[in-house]
Amino acid sequence: MRRVRDWFANPWGQPRLLAAVTWLYMVWAIVPVGIAILFSFNNGRSRSVWQGFSTRWWWGDPNNSVLHDPSLRSAIEQSLRLAGLDMLIAVPLGVGLAIGLTRWRGYGARPVNYLMLFPLVTPEIVMGVSLLLVFTLLYSIPLGTEAQTLGQVTFSISYVVIIVRGRLLSIGPEYEEAARDLGASPLGAFRLVLLPLLWPAIFAGFIVVFALSIDDFVVTQYMSASQSTETVPMLIYGAARGATTPALNAVATVMVVVTLVSVALAYLVYRWSARSRPATSGSAINEIAALEV
Amino acid sequence: MTRRWFWPSFALPGAAWLILLFLVPTYAVVAVAFGTVDPIFSQPVPVWNPLQWQFGGMRAVLDGLEPGHAFWIVFVRTFAYVALSLAGCLLIGYPVAYYLARYARRSRGLLLVLLVVPFWVSYMMRMLAWIGLLLPDGLVNRVLLDLGILSQPYGWLDGQASSVVFALIYGYVPYLILPLYAVLDRIDRSVLEAGRDLGGSPISTFLHVTLPLSKNGILAASVLIALPMFGDYYTNDLISNSPKTSMIGNQINLFVQGGTQRTVGASLVIVLSLLLAVLMSYYLWATVRASAETRESLL
Repeated sequence: MRRVRDWFANPWGQPRLLAAVTWLYMVWAIVPVGIAILFSFNNGRSRSVWQGFSTRWWWGDPNNSVLHDPSLRSAIEQSLRLAGLDMLIAVPLGVGLAIGLTRWRGYGARPVNYLMLFPLVTPEIVMGVSLLLVFTLLYSIPLGTEAQTLGQVTFSISYVVIIVRGRLLSIGPEYEEAARDLGASPLGAFRLVLLPLLWPAIFAGFIVVFALSIDDFVVTQYMSASQSTETVPMLIYGAARGATTPALNAVATVMVVVTLVSVALAYLVYRWSARSRPATSGSAINEIAALEV
Repeated sequence: MTRRWFWPSFALPGAAWLILLFLVPTYAVVAVAFGTVDPIFSQPVPVWNPLQWQFGGMRAVLDGLEPGHAFWIVFVRTFAYVALSLAGCLLIGYPVAYYLARYARRSRGLLLVLLVVPFWVSYMMRMLAWIGLLLPDGLVNRVLLDLGILSQPYGWLDGQASSVVFALIYGYVPYLILPLYAVLDRIDRSVLEAGRDLGGSPISTFLHVTLPLSKNGILAASVLIALPMFGDYYTNDLISNSPKTSMIGNQINLFVQGGTQRTVGASLVIVLSLLLAVLMSYYLWATVRASAETRESLL
């Protein structure tokens, strides 16, 4: 009891209760995923009872393994395809919107600024329903990869805008004004001064959009047409409660590994490019953290 | 290209995209909710002109929302689940964020990495992990049987409200901790020291300094996770899959994706959006204010 009082009495001491809660939380958050990954190597059909180690659900089984089941492979491919398309379209649109909204002081800026914030607060099912209705009843866009891309880009743009705008606000207009004073055209000042300064934020935008796309379920499902446009989250949603094999865990594991490796690689590339470009201060991690209010 | 149009032209493609694929679709939901139904194919026919709106679908939803009726029960249940989950997330998330921001030193880097890992593991994978653990022959039941707490396996996945709330907490708590950490980390240590120097006990310093300073952050982060929870249907489908625990999202999904009653589904979307408008406006207001403050502090 005395020791408990001492912890409270010393404001800069280590509160062990808080430390224990924190570490318990970390274990709770991560160990279940580790167990699920472990079960992808189960030597039986069960996803809950360990029956020895094997790689049959990865490549051993001639029909149901990740390597040989075409539906599992196509889900992984579709997830990656959509992530690529989403990054390719959403990042340029978002960067342009962020620059436009920060530098443009006209009447249109304020409503567009609010419009940009709405996708961030709209529950995904509302977006899924509205896109489904407008595609089928007004635009006659067929459901499938195109519709899935259109939907994912729509909710991804705002995240890019928030990240890039945070950086733009901290840069300020001085550098471009200096470039303009030294004789650069508006476009030249943008390309030679602003764009290099924005690079860390743009890079963070790519990473965040990749993660958003890979993780997305609702909009992607509402925009999907048939089994051929099924992504990994959709596959898990459809099969997790049924009598499926640990191959499902293996597919999920593939996506975890792909995401973690991409993020790690992106971080290394970023570190490397930041070293060769000393003008850019601030890190992509900070840009991602800037997402939170 | 004139100078006047130089900056707006950057925003044009993104703005046009959001108008065509966010604003127009939102109006399409309204047009379907107040539209008619084709009698032969039972397909919804949107009515774009507000003067010709039909109110049949909306009336059916509003009738169901009377106390004791079908939608009323679902709405009350949804609010209860979200409130419980949010409370659980705060009870777990605040101490973790507080410890990270205030105390963790040597272990801080490792803890931050561990904190971010769930962001890179997809939501569905994390739910899949718990389904494996909660199955009748899963680890949770076996441990509880071995400890003698249970005498036979418990059906955690057979429509248990507690399992759904647990899964919602597990799924959304990472999205709460990171913004909370950012807010708590920004609190100036000298302010806390001042509170202590002026004779406040650690607890009263926490209550009178730390908590008020993090109040806006707590609210914004809570709204940030409550909004998607209100529209969540997949957690419920995966962990319970029973109408006994059905939430608003499940109802909307049932009417729009499963059945032919898209008019009712669209009306439910409108009712849900109107109920959430308070939360949304708060978040938008806080965001715009925060970015205005950043702008001012930089000028």
